[in-house]
Amino acid sequence: MRKLTLPLSQADIAQLNAYDQVLLSGTLYVGRDQVHRLLYAMIEKQEPLPIDLNGATIYYMGPSPAPEGMVIGACGPTTSARMDPFSPTLLDRGLAVMIGKGPRSEAVSEAIVRNKALYLQAYGGCGALYAEAVKRVTPVAFAELGPEALIELEVEDFPAIVAIDSRGGSVFSRS
Amino acid sequence: MSLAEKIRDALMYAVVELDEDVLGRIEWARAMEAKSASASQGSTASLAVLDAIIENLKIAKERRLPMCQDTGLFLVFVDVGKESTVALSALEAAIHEGCLAAVQEAHYRRSVVAEPVFARKNTTNNMPPAIYYSLVGGSDVTIQILLKGFGSENCSSVRMLNPTGGREAVIKAVGEIVSLAGGKPCPPIFIGVGLGGTMDRAAYLSKRALLRDVRIGHEDEQYRRLEEDILAHVQSLGIGSGGMGGTITALSVAIEAEPTHIAGMPLAVSINCWADRKARIVHKEGEDA
Repeated sequence: MRKLTLPLSQADIAQLNAYDQVLLSGTLYVGRDQVHRLLYAMIEKQEPLPIDLNGATIYYMGPSPAPEGMVIGACGPTTSARMDPFSPTLLDRGLAVMIGKGPRSEAVSEAIVRNKALYLQAYGGCGALYAEAVKRVTPVAFAELGPEALIELEVEDFPAIVAIDSRGGSVFSRS
Repeated sequence: MSLAEKIRDALMYAVVELDEDVLGRIEWARAMEAKSASASQGSTASLAVLDAIIENLKIAKERRLPMCQDTGLFLVFVDVGKESTVALSALEAAIHEGCLAAVQEAHYRRSVVAEPVFARKNTTNNMPPAIYYSLVGGSDVTIQILLKGFGSENCSSVRMLNPTGGREAVIKAVGEIVSLAGGKPCPPIFIGVGLGGTMDRAAYLSKRALLRDVRIGHEDEQYRRLEEDILAHVQSLGIGSGGMGGTITALSVAIEAEPTHIAGMPLAVSINCWADRKARIVHKEGEDA
């Protein structure tokens, strides 16, 4: 189990291999379907983005409401494949790390290698487990999307497994 | 306690804790994977996934937090006894009231949009539930509710198989659907298979199959053996927990079948994630509705 600080450096990314288990601390962005659709459209239209994608981490997630006394509710990963049509464009624009669950398309895998990026898998369905790792939540953009809004999280010891490494090594390669 | 309150309480429990039959299968999967964990990277990763799931369930129970942020869409099966005198309108009102109260009190994520294609505006309260009514014998009304997550639902599928295909065609088709799903639906998964009827009836039956206690096989031996053979075939696919390889991909297979047309063999597969959350409320004749 390797402890790493977000945002990850190019050296951190280069050292990681598929199946490595990691614990992440630091800040990451959260965005899923609608955020991807909107960011992609902004890039296509050459509009300014609400976040700097360079070296950034995006976690595919939409939380349940925070009960009293907690900063967030259940907050496990959602299925990454739905982001596949948009991810290569975001990676080419500087996005370094994606966190979600499940396999990715060939085009995403190629974009990961081309940009020396990284795809991590979080434990699917483990919303309560991830709530323990979130220390702070900051709204960033698209608040009107409710549970799908773009937010920033400060996390501590957020567990994940390297699913596609920067050389294209993948835990999904058998299928 | 009113029927609406019973429904609320059952839904507040179901979003946080799994039933004993479901938990038993997750523990079984962990024990199976532990035996082969040093054999491959896939099994080691699968074991890490299953350990995370077990830890997650412990935290959810302690903190009374939903085990998964996708608290699902309410899919409700109401079996109304033919001798029951309860008004259907009162039943429906109680279901709506119970669902709404659980959403608010148990911090369900607001995951329902009013319309699928255009604005997709969030209803902000997970209403309305999707409800099926059926007539059954006796005077009880049985309400069963699946909290249907959509990571797994997006992997569910219908096939209109050839009527001469037999059990081999069924096994092959389920295997193809599960292969295509791969790591997307949060494996290890529960598989509901609907066979017969029409295209829509097969889909309905595949959901009903998910309601069964996962320790109990089909009452007909031929179908029970088919469930076992589908399960064995799915394990041989090597998808594993989290889709990273391993020996256990599915936790159970349940089939529901009914009469169909001479020209067809409709097949539907409903995939549910390991967080197989369901509530069951029985309303006895004479109780408050």
